[in-house]
Amino acid sequence: MSETIDARGLSCPEPVLLTLEAIKKSGSAEIEILVDTDTSKENVMRAAQSMGWQILEVNEESSGYKIKIGKE
Amino acid sequence: MEGFKNFFATRWGIIFVGLVIGVLAPLLQKFGNPPNMGICVACMERDIAGALGLHRASVVQYLRPEIIAFVLGAFFSALAFKEYRPRGGSAPFIRFILGMFAMIGALVFLGCPWRTILRLAGGDGNAISGLLGLISGIWLGTRFLKAGYSLGKTQPAPSKMAGVAFPLLMFGLLVLLFIDPQPADQARGMILFYSLKGPGSQHASLAVSLSAALLIGILAQRSRFCTMGAFRDLILFKQGHLFSGVAAFFIAALATNLLLGQFNPGFAGQPIAHTMQLWNFLGMTLAGLAFSLSGGCPGRQLFLSGEGDADAAVFASGMIVGAAISHNFGLASSPAGIGPNGAIATIIGLVVCIIIGLTMRRR
Repeated sequence: MSETIDARGLSCPEPVLLTLEAIKKSGSAEIEILVDTDTSKENVMRAAQSMGWQILEVNEESSGYKIKIGKE
Repeated sequence: MEGFKNFFATRWGIIFVGLVIGVLAPLLQKFGNPPNMGICVACMERDIAGALGLHRASVVQYLRPEIIAFVLGAFFSALAFKEYRPRGGSAPFIRFILGMFAMIGALVFLGCPWRTILRLAGGDGNAISGLLGLISGIWLGTRFLKAGYSLGKTQPAPSKMAGVAFPLLMFGLLVLLFIDPQPADQARGMILFYSLKGPGSQHASLAVSLSAALLIGILAQRSRFCTMGAFRDLILFKQGHLFSGVAAFFIAALATNLLLGQFNPGFAGQPIAHTMQLWNFLGMTLAGLAFSLSGGCPGRQLFLSGEGDADAAVFASGMIVGAAISHNFGLASSPAGIGPNGAIATIIGLVVCIIIGLTMRRR
């Protein structure tokens, strides 16, 4: 089971806030986060890693990036 | 290119950028910019408002090339690294109002977050209350963010050209500066207004200002350097990434000032500063809150506008209009203290920003 967060178009620091919220609440072992800028991509990845989650996959899409993170 | 790109997103990357800006800002002062104002995004936008005649405060009129080059540097960098993405539509008018009040607050203190740090690095003790105000304002902003504050999603612009408007406006101003330089001992060119005395008359040469600021624009776009985000991320996430850049900025500026003999510790008689600490504090509380609610410090807003972010361009435009209001209606401070309407404007600004913080929510 994985959960998807659409943080595209949101300004700083909302993508990170939503990611951290999901990490805290999530029962699932994987979360997918959609972002639209490189800044958001870097910030989300940094935040996930700081919570001890791993970056499983980063895919470039037409509307930005899809980042898949997972619990270690 | 990928390795280079990632370097600036690392801890050492942002520290490197902070150090470079921290050395360049006091050098710009050495080469002619006003004291403790090697870079001040608010002051420089205020001077641009003066140069265009939007206000007529005779001592602060100069079309500061640093602002232009910040935007253009970020624009070129975004193009080169494929990060140019024209977008907009996230509550633009709210952002305009936030920009206006950010400037009004900054001009009560006499500096943006960049200059707060540069004033501290120059020994200006009055900047301590400004910094505490800035942190308080940002803290207040993080409370709203935690409660679900949001200005909503931005949309990709239908045309690639949409994001060029603000950089092009800046380029137009640069052309104006080249064809309409200050005539000797005169306060007016063909079109532009200039200062004969005061901060507006103090500036590094066009070549020096442009090259330093272009470099900063490029580096800041790559690294996402943000003087507000530094404190926000520390408060909100206990994350010190952006803060390490700002700390490096302060340390490098302090060291450079000491080396250049530009460090003069004290409270009274500090350059372009006043000692009314309550208003230093509250002015920056207002500015910090407005920056926090809009997602970036005034520098970051310029770098984002270079990436094609029309909402950031609207915020920057709000700041320029805010500067005009500040000087036209006696809100801006001077070394003598706050302006006749500075106190009431600060309070109105705080009330408006708090209402924005309370009412703009994620559904």
